[in-house]
Formats: sequence, C-alpha cells, structure tokens
Amino acid sequence: MSDPAREILARLRPPKGFVGSLVAVLMAFLVGAVLIACVDVNPIDAYAALFDAALGSRDGLAETLVRTVPLALCGLGITMGFRAGAFNVGAEGQLYLGGVAAGATGVALAGAPAWLTLPAMGLAAMTAGGLWSALAGWLKLRFRADELITTIMLNYVAIDLVGYLLHGPLQDPNSPLAQTTRLDAAARLPVLLPGTRLHAGVLIVIVAALLCHVFLWKRVGGFHLRIVGLNPQAAKNAGISVGRYLMLGFIVGGVLAGLAGFAEVAGIQRRMIETLSPGFGYTAIIVALLGRTSPLGVLAAAFLFAALQIGATTMESAAGVPGTLTVVIQGLVVLFLIGAGAFAGWAANIVTHLRRLGR
Amino acid sequence: MSALATLNDPVFAGFLAASMRLAMPIMLAALGGIFNERSGVVNIGLEGMMLTGAFTGFVAANLSGHLGIGVVMAIAAGAAVGLLLGWYAITIAANQVVVGIAFNLLAVGVTSFFYRMIYGATTAQPRVTPFSPIDFGALADVPVVGPLLFRQDVLAYVGLALVVLTLFTMRMTRFGLNIRAAGEHPEAAETLGLNVVAIRYVCIGLSGAFAGLGGAVLSLSATGVYIDNMTAGRGYIALAILILGRRHAIGVALAALLFGAADALQLRAQLLHIALPLQFLLMLPYVMTVVVLAGFAGRQNAPAALGIPFRPSGARK
Repeated sequence: MSDPAREILARLRPPKGFVGSLVAVLMAFLVGAVLIACVDVNPIDAYAALFDAALGSRDGLAETLVRTVPLALCGLGITMGFRAGAFNVGAEGQLYLGGVAAGATGVALAGAPAWLTLPAMGLAAMTAGGLWSALAGWLKLRFRADELITTIMLNYVAIDLVGYLLHGPLQDPNSPLAQTTRLDAAARLPVLLPGTRLHAGVLIVIVAALLCHVFLWKRVGGFHLRIVGLNPQAAKNAGISVGRYLMLGFIVGGVLAGLAGFAEVAGIQRRMIETLSPGFGYTAIIVALLGRTSPLGVLAAAFLFAALQIGATTMESAAGVPGTLTVVIQGLVVLFLIGAGAFAGWAANIVTHLRRLGR
Repeated sequence: MSALATLNDPVFAGFLAASMRLAMPIMLAALGGIFNERSGVVNIGLEGMMLTGAFTGFVAANLSGHLGIGVVMAIAAGAAVGLLLGWYAITIAANQVVVGIAFNLLAVGVTSFFYRMIYGATTAQPRVTPFSPIDFGALADVPVVGPLLFRQDVLAYVGLALVVLTLFTMRMTRFGLNIRAAGEHPEAAETLGLNVVAIRYVCIGLSGAFAGLGGAVLSLSATGVYIDNMTAGRGYIALAILILGRRHAIGVALAALLFGAADALQLRAQLLHIALPLQFLLMLPYVMTVVVLAGFAGRQNAPAALGIPFRPSGARK
C-alpha cells in the first residue's frame, strides 16, 4: 500500500479511545436496562421514550442542543484543566458565579443596547468564573493545597455566596423568590430557531470547542500545556513554566464554566435564579472523561448526556422509570470507561476459553 | 459570669454536645481514611461511601424496623463499595482520583434511583425513630466532659471506641506495622513476604465500612430521614481532616471535633439571629476546609507510596 493511502486510512479509523468510549456507553445502557427491567418496565420501551423525547422531534432536538451548551462549556474547561494536570472539579461553583455576575451586569445595564449589554455580561461572567478558579490554582501553587478538595469546597462556598446575593443585595424587590429582576430583551441571547429555546449559546460552544482544539493540537502553547500535564518534571527540565500552564488550565476552566453560567442566564432563565444548575459542573466531569479530554470528543459526549437528561423526564412520566436512572447511567459510563482495559482482557479470555471448548 | 458558671451554662453545654454529635460522621469517615491512606491508597470515594451508608442504613432500618440492622447493613454496604473501589485502584491500577470521583457521582445516582424505586414518589417522607442519647444521670452534668461524652447516643460511643481501636491497631499491632510498610515502601514490604495487595484490599474495605457507618450516623442518629445527597461534601471534608489530623487517630478525632464545633457554632448562630447573613454561616465548614488545606499543606507527612499503584512482582505482566 502506498504511503498516502495508508495515511488516509489511518485518518479514517476512529480516533484513539473512541471505541472504548462507545463500549462503555453501551455497557452502561445495558446495566441501565437491567435496572429498568427491575421496575417491571420494558427497557426498549423506556429507552425509546427517552431518545424519542430528546431527539425525535424539532422541539426535543432543540432542547437537547440547549442542554448541551452548559455541559459542553464546563466539559471543555475541565478538559483543559485535566490536560494541564489539574483536577479542577469546581465548574459547578464557577458556573454559579458566572451566572450571578452576568445577571447582576444585565440588571445594572438595563436600558443599554444589546451590543453593549450582552458582551458586558459575558465578560463579567468569564471574569467571575476565571477568578474563582484562579483562587484554587493559586492555593495549589502557593500552598500545595489539593485542588480536588479545594475546588469542591469552593463550589459549596460559591453556591452559598450566590444564595446570599440573591436573598440580599441582588434580589428582585418585587419578588419573594431569591432571584434577580427579569432581564431586558437586550440582555438575552438571540433565539436561533423560532418557537424553540435554541439560543446563540450553541454558537459560543462551537467556537469554544474549535479554539480549544486548535490551541491544544496546533499551537506551541497547547503542546507545552499537554507536556506539563503529562510530566511536570520533564516540562520543568525543558524550561517550560509548569506553574504558568497549570494556572492557565485552571483559568480557562473557570472562564468557560463562567460562560456556561452566562449562557444559562442570558439564553434560558432570563434572570439569575438560585437553582441555576442541576449539577452541570459535576456531570461535565464525566463528559470530559467520556470525551477522552479531547475538545471534539467532549462535544459529542455533552450532546449524548444532554439527550439523556432531556429524555429522562419523559421516560419518568411515560414509562414510569425514575428519571434519576440517567444519573446512574452517567456514573456507570465512567466506571466502564476506566475498567475498559480489564473488561477487554476478560472478554478476550472468555473468547479463548470458548474456542478451546469448541475444539 | 465566672468561668465555672460559663462552663456549666446550658447554651455552652448544648454547643459542646452538638459539636461531638456533628463531628461523628466526618470523624468516622476520616478514621477509615487513615487505613487506606497509610496503606498507600487514595480514597476520594469517601463521600460516595458515606452516602451509600446513609442510604442503605436508612432503608434497612426503615424496612426492618430495627436501627441495629440498619447500622450493620450500612457498614456492609460501605465495605462492599470499598472493595469495588479497591478492584479499580489496586487490581487494575486505575487513576485513584478519577475512580473516586466516578464512585461519588455514581453513588448520588444509585441512591436517589433506588430511593424512588423503593418509596415511590410519595409526599409523606418515610422516617425512622433515630437513636436517642443514653442516660448517664449525673455524669451528663459534669462541666465540659459531661456534654461532650455523656449526652451522646450509642453510635457516638462506637465511634469513640473506633478511635481507640484505630490508634491501637496502627501503633501496637503487627497488622498496623504491615499497613504502614505497604504505604511507605510496597516493594520492600513484598520482599519481606507481605501480601501488599491483600493489605490494601483490607484497608480500603475497612475504610468503606467506617465511612458507611459515618453515613449511617447522618440518617439514623442525626435525623431519622434520608435526603438525596445528604452527605453534602462531608466525605471531602473528611479528606481534609485526614491531612489536618496527620493521618493519626487522635489527630483526626480532634480535627473532626474542630469541624463539629464550627458546624455547631453556625447552627447556634442561626438561632441567635446574629447580624451575619445565614449563607456566610453555612459556608463556614467549607471555608475552614480550604484554609486547613492551605495552612497544613498537603502531603509532607503522607506515606511515600500514597496514590501510586503497586504491581506485585509475582503477578503476570
């Protein structure tokens, strides 16, 4: 075979790890099916209801895409952190602070034109998320504080802080609920598909994913960042500033999670509310792992998990399977993903044994 | 008010009793953490194990009508999760941090799924009658010691006994020595004929059992109900307490008491209508955890092989 042909074939082959991710997802669905059968429901019916609701109609698809936005943005941020060797599990808190910064800015700029309001909100959200994440990065670099625990603790602190702001200084004076005043039309992301909630946040996601992809694989900075993540000592010896790239990983994560908060506030809620996220930041950890910490893989994983979440409610009402089953499937996906190597070994062993028996 | 009067003040006594009560779940999880960390395995999954324990304990107690059965089942469920996590962390040498996170997320899903499966979408919240404090008569009125030690329920005494047992095991027994050897230098330990893999499995299983019991304290002793995700980060706080307590039973117990006191303080401050907004009080334990991690930076006194998977030399490649 000529070399160009070989190269083309190599490119056509699924990206490394893709098959593993697929198998993990299928196995998780299989276990999910057993659980569904345990509640006396036909698994095929339940899954059909789930995916039909999420993907089977224009409205469902739009909702799934809308749900993809926060999962993908947070997942991309977590990916950049992982690539730099930082276990930033703080996307949830960073998203909340981004949301409250966006909401506060939107309220403060009431009456201003959209070209000013929207970018200002986005910038405020990115700054808030980035700073919160940088705090964890600083604690790690300065005090060697384990970022896994600090980022999780900072999630709780951020959510309490947002709770205080929404019950206090930022509360809508005309509402008994803990939320900001409703935002002007100028402070809302435009709707892309009339009649649905599909908003321009989807475009932000695509741009963000492409930027992350290009940076990681086509730029020297991304190369350095990956080296820092793979082997900090080697990076140090090569004269790469480990601290700088680690910090970059943290900050990009916070900025993207903050942006997710902005998209939820400006695209969906149209005000900052106390329950902005049903755990997007945590689900995004799985999204990042399932996407093999590659930006385009993260997009695909975020879409899948968005579909799961959107379909979950329908599955619950139509088939009577608790919607939290999707959370179980999400968790199982990771465990099967990590165990993939061992499971593959088992499978190979079983095949060998069967062959021997057959002889 | 004289010093003695202050010590005997019912508000202060109540604060002390509550500190111990609130410290107990994280104390138990962190005590178990001593075993796995000393043996060289990181257990980020403490949070999920506590949640599993809280859930299993509640369901078992609720369905059987016996709190004791709940406690036993919580311990068993925690240990089972521990062994499963051990398979990932020890046998297939997966990244221990990633595995732990995965288990925690899975625990949230599994517990809430099964809660709905068992109890349906009822509006009336199922309850059990939680453990009540044991009556020690006049002992309960001894200043400081009385409220701390003699106004607790049976699980608290189990917890305190486990502090002593952990201390004794780690310091005085051959098993404790083996654990430390496995954590400091697994290769050397293996050369000496120790089964490092087995030691680590026992330790992660014990850790799960302790964390499961800690979770049961939340549902069977503190509240009598089960609430989705009711551990609320206590498993992670336990990890910080391990560091603050230098992976030593007494240190861990005192550090947990400090956090219990912070928790009790914020609860009391809420009742006293202090000018500080509620949310700032609520974040107190979490802020404390961050400060502790920054102040007692990480891993200087951590076992040398902590977090590094071990490949037994006798095993197939």
